[in-house]
This record gives sequence, C-alpha cells and structure tokens, in this order.
Amino acid sequence: MTDYLRADRGIASWLLTRDHKRIGVLFLVATGVALLVGGLFALFMRLELATPEATMIDEGSYNRLFTLHGVTMVWLFMIPAIPAGFGNFLLPIMIGAEDVAFPKLNLASFHVYVVGALVTLFGMLIGGADTGWTFYVPYAAGTPTAVIPILVGVFVLGWSSVITGLNFIVTVHTMRAEGIGWFDMPLFVWAIYATSIIQVLATPVLGMSLALVGLDAGFDLGVFDPERGGDPVLYQHLFWFYSHPAVYIMVLPAMGVVTETICTFARKNPLSYRAIAYSTLGIAFVGFLAWGHHMFTAGMSTFDAAAFGILSMLVSIFSAIKVFTWVGTLHRGAIHVSTPLAYVFAFLFLFVFGGMTGVAVATTSLDVHWHDTYFVVAHFHFIMVGGTLTAYLAALHYWFPKITGRRYSERAGLVGAVLVFVGFTTTFVPQFLLGNMGMPRRYATYPEQFAALNAMSTVGSWVLGLGLAWVLGVLAKALVAGARAGEDPWGSASFEWRTASPPPKHNFEAPPVLVGCYDYTGEADGEPEVRHA
Amino acid sequence: MPEAATHEAHFESLERQKMAARLGTWVFLASELLLFAGLLALYASGRASHPEAFRYGVAHAMVWAGTVNTFVLLTSSFCIARAVHALRADRRRLAGALTGLTLVLAVAFLALKGYEYHHHLAHGQVPGGRSAYFVEHAELTGLPAFFTLYWITTGTHAVHVTVGAAVLAFFGLSIVRGRLRAPRAHRLEMAALYWHLVDAIWIFLWPMYYLMK
Repeated sequence: MTDYLRADRGIASWLLTRDHKRIGVLFLVATGVALLVGGLFALFMRLELATPEATMIDEGSYNRLFTLHGVTMVWLFMIPAIPAGFGNFLLPIMIGAEDVAFPKLNLASFHVYVVGALVTLFGMLIGGADTGWTFYVPYAAGTPTAVIPILVGVFVLGWSSVITGLNFIVTVHTMRAEGIGWFDMPLFVWAIYATSIIQVLATPVLGMSLALVGLDAGFDLGVFDPERGGDPVLYQHLFWFYSHPAVYIMVLPAMGVVTETICTFARKNPLSYRAIAYSTLGIAFVGFLAWGHHMFTAGMSTFDAAAFGILSMLVSIFSAIKVFTWVGTLHRGAIHVSTPLAYVFAFLFLFVFGGMTGVAVATTSLDVHWHDTYFVVAHFHFIMVGGTLTAYLAALHYWFPKITGRRYSERAGLVGAVLVFVGFTTTFVPQFLLGNMGMPRRYATYPEQFAALNAMSTVGSWVLGLGLAWVLGVLAKALVAGARAGEDPWGSASFEWRTASPPPKHNFEAPPVLVGCYDYTGEADGEPEVRHA
Repeated sequence: MPEAATHEAHFESLERQKMAARLGTWVFLASELLLFAGLLALYASGRASHPEAFRYGVAHAMVWAGTVNTFVLLTSSFCIARAVHALRADRRRLAGALTGLTLVLAVAFLALKGYEYHHHLAHGQVPGGRSAYFVEHAELTGLPAFFTLYWITTGTHAVHVTVGAAVLAFFGLSIVRGRLRAPRAHRLEMAALYWHLVDAIWIFLWPMYYLMK
C-alpha cells in the first residue's frame, strides 16, 4: 500500500489535500519558514546590540525589528507550530481515526493561515510596525508605521487558530476508535485538547481587541481614547486575556511532546497518567485567570495585583506536578539517550529555570523592580525558547522518522542539541543579569557598563543560530539520504508507531489493536536502534 | 437522490457524523460568544466610569425600534425552530415556508436597524465622537464612547444577522428544491442553532442599549 507522501502527486494534491498528515506537513513547512524569518530578525537585533552605540540601524528601525521578531515568532511560528503541525499529523493517528472530524475545515485553516501570513508579510514589507507585538494603545492607534495590515494579518491568523482548535476538540470527542477511552489516549492528545479549548475561547477576544485597535488606527474611532471616554488600560486587559492563555497555547503542546518523549526513551509508563492529564487541564483553566500580572505597574490596585499574583503562582503548582511526574518517570527507567531526549533534558532544565523566575516576577514587589527590563525578556524566552522551541526540536527529531520514513544521523543530531543548549543559555542567562542591573528592554543603545554581558549574549545568539542551521542541515541530509526508518525505530509503544513510516493514506492498513500506549511491562529492555542510524 | 443518508467515509456512522456536527456547532457558538464578550466588557467598564453619559445615551435611544426588533428576532427564532421540527417530520413545504418566514423577519430586522442607524447619523450620533452633537454635549465626556460602542456592538451583531440569514437562505433553497430532507435535518438544526445565538446576543443588547436608563 502506498504511503501518504506517494499517494497523490503534484502541487495541487498538496495544496488542496484533505489528509490531516499532509496538512500537518504543510503547517510544519510554513511555520518552519516563519521560524527562519523570525530567527534572522533576532540575530540582526542581537548584532546591533553587540555594542552600546547604534551602529547599523537607527532607533526607529530597531523598534520595527523587535516588533517583527515578536509578531513572527508568536503568531506565525509558536502558536501554530506544534498544535497545527504535529497535532494535525499525529492526533488522528493517536486515537485510531482515519482523519479529523472536519477535513475540509482543516484545509481551510491552513489556507486562512497562509492568507494571514501573507497579509502580515505585506505589512512588514511596506514598512513594518514599531508597536511591539502587543500593539498597545494609544501608541498603536497613532503610529505612522504600517500597523493596520499587521493587525489584519494577525486577526486572520487568529481564525485559523480557532478553526484548528474547534476541529481537534470535536475530533477527540467523536473520532476515537472503539476501545480508546479518555484515559487510554496518548498524553500528547490531552495536551492538544487542552490547547484547543484555549484557542477556541481566548482567540476571539484577541480578534475583537485587535479589530478595535485597527478601527482606532484606521478610522479614528477612539475606542481606547480617554478624551472620548475610552480606557487604554482596558485594551491591555483584553489583550492579555488572550495573550496570557496564549502562553499556554504555546507551552502545553510542548509539554505533551515532553511526556511522549520521556515515556518512550525511559521505557516506562508515566509515573501518573492522570496527574499529567489533569494538570494539563488545570493549566488551561488557571491560565485564564492570570492575565493581570502583565499590568502590575499599569495602575492596578494592590488587592487586584495580589490576587493576580497568587493566581499566577497556581500555574506553577500544576507545572511542578508535571515536572515531578516526568522526573519520576525517568527515575529507574531504562533510559536510552537520543537526540529527542537530549532536547527534553534541556527543556526540563530551562523550563524549571524559566518557571521559577516566573514565580519571582509574579511577586508584585519584585515585578516593580524587573518590569520592562531584560529580566522579563530573559524570563519569557526561557519559557518560549527554552521550553517551547526546545520541545519543538525534540518533536522534530522524535517524529521525523514517522513523518518522512527516514532516519537522521543520531550523532549529528546530538551535536545540534548541544549547540542549541549552549547557544541558548549563553544568550539568555546574561539577560537575567542585565535586567536585574536595570537595563530596560526595547532600546537600541545602552550605557557602557552593560557592554560585556551584551557582547556575551550576542555571541550566544550566533551559537544558537549555528545550532539551528546545523539541525536544518542534519534533517535535510536525512531527508535525501537517510536510512529507512521502519515502523517503530525507537521501540515506542505509543499508537502512532504501530503503523508504517510514513503512514499509509488512511493511517492504518488493517484496523489496529490500540491498547496500552505506554505499556512497556512485557519488554525485556530491547536495545532500540538509536545510537547509530 | 441523496435520501439514503450515507455518512462521510472517515466517520464510522451517520450518528457519529451528526454528533460531530452538533458538537462543532456548539464549540463555534462558544467561540462566537467570547467574540462579543470583549464588547460587553467594554460596555461594563464604560458604564462604570461614565454612568451619566451612558444613561443619557440609553435614554435617547429609539426604544420602540429596539423593542420591535426584539420581537422580530424572537419570532424568527421560533419559526426556524418549528422549521427544524417540520423538516424532521419530512413536511418539506411547511419547513420551507417557515424558513422563508424567518428570512423575511431577518430582513425586517435589518431594515429597521438600518432606519435607526440613519436616524442616528442624521442627529450626528456617529461613531468616533467627531460631530457637532458631541460638542453640544461636551459635559458628558463618556458619550462618544457610548455611541462608538453602540455602533460597533450592534454593527457586529448585524453582520452576524446577515451571515445567519445567508446561511438560512441557502438551506431554505435546498429544502424547496428537495435536496435537504428529513435524514439530514440536522444541517438545518445547526443553522438554527446559530440563528438562536444571534437572537440570544440581541436579548443582551436590547437592555444594554435601549432599556437600562
């Protein structure tokens, strides 16, 4: 039987496909391009910051640069990459379904993504915006830059996200194969499910808020103009009502990847399936109640600030439940070190680091000191890059054989993981120190005393860039010349490995027996072929 | 004929497919509610900080038009609900007629809303607060916010009415042409659900912008 890659030929068979696997691949390619573009913006920014003076670009261009970096990374890469990319490819297979519930809608969500991305790109090409990725009013309503097309682009991207989330929720509820109950599914599905709920419920609020800013900017409606009875801080509330949960849209799928990877390479059941499943829902829920911590210094009462601070800290309890469950799963497991697991180790370290600093900035008295400094920049990059990007890379290596049917070189993959980890820490640890010393974010220049740490951070960004380029090279080479993967190269028990690699068009050739996705009890610790592929 | 209702290949049964359609619609409705939630939050905040201006705005609304429109929408919702029942019982002509009646009421709603908008424009009650009307009422600093919100909220609602009417028109034609019959009545039911949402949102807008003086 032919696999999904060879089932149909030609560009149209890809761009008009209704196969969730192909749509997943399309999303992976599109978001991969976004990662590249956003990464180049970041490298350029770090290059400018290598020395205290403005050397290559002026302040205005610098403002555009960090805005475009944020917009690209958040909306074009991180929100869709794992859910719409890996989620699309894997979710139906993991529940034994032939496809998602609404395949046409699924394709539409990709087309909507492309339209949104093109509009955003158009806005970037005609000058970009200089508002930051948060589009705060009143500045966003009056900036002379091309903020409107970027707002429209992000608005459209939001609908892609809603459609994907809706599709996944319905798919998990109605498409599970017979015998797969809620607690029989691989935990990645739980992560995608919880993410989908956030996408469906939070994104419309963002859409409306951005539409209102767009109306302010385009037609001078003054919705948030205090002179006309509006309230600019209210915009911040509406924006973060989405964008704080959006952090969990970005990190919950990453956590799902971590669970899958750890169970496979520790050859063990998760220490507690339910602890992971419920804490996933817990994060999704509490995530909706924490948004106010972005506004501690925006004129919030002490009581509100304390309430939001405590609610924010609740997130760390659920996160800690996960971290301990992961570590407990690794404990006394038959651990096989491989590239995906190396990334997961990096994730565990960086995520805990980022999470702990998150508890620190949720403390109002400390936040007043760190607000709008590099400390906050470092904190969220530890979660977003150290957490999500690292897990994304783990996923890329872990499921590469399943998606492409080929193996990458394990040794080269590990080199990439080390480069990324070293590059990341060298880039962002200095930023914690800089922020604590009082260096504000979003400036192209800075006083002489910050020079050494900034230089270190810039060198780190080169190593990180080199690491990502290395990963791209390794996987590109594997795509052309990699060895055949076979059905289950990692020796995983999870459902997606019980079909051919790449899977046939309808996922399973014969109705599969799907029980025990983490069942390694009967296994005599067989060596998986992870050392030299 | 498509009467022998078959399910799409990736579903295991027609029952499952219907369940998916229903759940999908409800999830979509939840998402739509959140779209309006931001506007409701803006109203609540605006009203809390500018109670006089908001009360003034509500007191000068065209109460009769808003109230008539409430009854128009409620009646239309009733019609489409009956249409679903009729289609399930395979009474096609009745279902078609009731869907048609719903459409007529939808158009009536939009026409009356349009008349109201026209009236507001004639009095300078424009979104954005840039007109002589707002200069005359300069002491009510929140009045521009009230009218801007009024236009955006009812405008967004009117867009939903229009989209809902278009969907109903499509299904109405399918019923009349005999392409949509009892076995697939759930499709009309989904459109009706959406129509009820449009209705339910208006039930909130009515007191907010016409009654709460």
